[in-house]
Amino acid sequence: MTRAIALFALLLALALPLSLLAGRVWLDPASTPNATLILAELRLPRSLLAIIVGAGLGAAGAAMQGYLRNPLADPGLFGIAPGAALGAVVALWFGYAASPLLLPLFALLGAGGAMALLAAIAGRTGGIALFTLAGLMVASLAGALTALAISLAPNAFAMSEIVMWLNGALTDRGWREVWLAAPLVALGVALLWRAGPALDALTLGEPVARSLGIDTARLLSLLVLGVGLTVGASVAVAGIIGFVGLIVPHLVRPFTDRRPSRLILPSALAGALLVLVADSLVRVLPLVTELRLGIALSLLGAPFFLWLLLRLRRGLL
Amino acid sequence: MSRRLGDVSLELQRGQITAICGPNGAGKSTLLETLAGLITPDAGRVLLCSEDLARLHPRARARRLGYLPQTPEIAWDVPVRSLIELGRMPHGDRDPVPVDAAIAALDLGAFAERRALSLSGGETARVLLARVLAGTPEWILADEPLAALDLAHQFALLRHLRHAADAGAGVVLVLHDLALAMNHADRVVVLGGGSVAADGAPADALAAEVIARVWNVAVEWIGEPGRRALVTR
Repeated sequence: MTRAIALFALLLALALPLSLLAGRVWLDPASTPNATLILAELRLPRSLLAIIVGAGLGAAGAAMQGYLRNPLADPGLFGIAPGAALGAVVALWFGYAASPLLLPLFALLGAGGAMALLAAIAGRTGGIALFTLAGLMVASLAGALTALAISLAPNAFAMSEIVMWLNGALTDRGWREVWLAAPLVALGVALLWRAGPALDALTLGEPVARSLGIDTARLLSLLVLGVGLTVGASVAVAGIIGFVGLIVPHLVRPFTDRRPSRLILPSALAGALLVLVADSLVRVLPLVTELRLGIALSLLGAPFFLWLLLRLRRGLL
Repeated sequence: MSRRLGDVSLELQRGQITAICGPNGAGKSTLLETLAGLITPDAGRVLLCSEDLARLHPRARARRLGYLPQTPEIAWDVPVRSLIELGRMPHGDRDPVPVDAAIAALDLGAFAERRALSLSGGETARVLLARVLAGTPEWILADEPLAALDLAHQFALLRHLRHAADAGAGVVLVLHDLALAMNHADRVVVLGGGSVAADGAPADALAAEVIARVWNVAVEWIGEPGRRALVTR
């Protein structure tokens, strides 16, 4: 176990009980009526879901930055999150959201569609540049179709429902979402972790990695599947939560020896921590309606990104 | 895919330094990448001790062929030692014996704990060669390993490559600098127009007539064998 894993696991272990108590109503297990019920049915699943979603997004971001050898890469570049969002928007458009499982299933279908499209375009060659371009195109296509769905929404209510959903949140989620996302994210993180050694070899560039016996096409499939499962499942249960995949590897990197393989599990833990803390904060903030988690993280993320660019400009990375 | 190379038939020997020379666009890098198994030829085969390279498992191939590309690339500021250990990847271990031997061979003891991006160009070149040596390959295939180095580092790196060849490795270098090829290689393969224009001992393969024919410049060699220099006529 590395220093980074120990550190973020410890912080997560400290943050979890706090997040269970935090909320519009601070919970005192001794005196609050129905404390057990609130904890077991509302706060615990929500906190676990924050951990699952954050872990998936963090690991996906670390793997993407390792694969593209670029500290500004984000899992969104693959177009999988927009694909999943499109799937969910279609479900909302047709009013399927009333049935609790249909929306996440449509989102997973959307993620799968984006993955299949990526594999069809760039899968066989395994070239990184072609793949990134394909990902960007899939992302903009899904984004355009989502915008189309919004503008053609059957009624104002559906439109506002779609727009609200696109800004991810963990409000009103329960055990059903936990059981849906947990196995998919766990499998996805495991696949990304498996890709670690190949990502280390990529540090020396694609030709050297291939000369070291790395099968780049297989690495690409591992990444598409891993990112597809983690990001697809996250979007399916929480909507779009940006910036986690971008920020978290940067927070974690100074605690590691900077090898891409050593970044993936700590980034999963740190991503879980970040989303858990952010979700606790939006619950505590004294606003009329709860701030959407996706908005909160973008509010945090965009300034961080700017700070990152400033640091990059000074060549400190 | 560009088709730089036409008919090329070569039999290379271990235990010596073979230089591949030729004008820009002659297909030197393509030939080296084909030898390294990174490009599969449209027609023909590369045999490694009578085994078809294309049929070899990538990891088995990687254990026997060490490849050093033209432009060094190090994406992350990782510890130097972990970079050199990447040479062990095809073996599936981090055996410290060959890693330490490679570090010692290239005098990198003082750098092993440093970060990769803090190194100078010459130090980086030595680290990347140490990465290849740590894999104890039968063949070292290097594309312009000397191009970015100053004279002292060029000679130091050539000395290390000579050691490797003396120890039984086959060393194949793409070299732009004909004087380096003339003075340091055991054999020179000249590529021109997509095929082998000359092949043999440096003095024959890089004779002034060959250079006139392939590079289209009039030159002559001055100095004594082993210390030749090229001047225009």
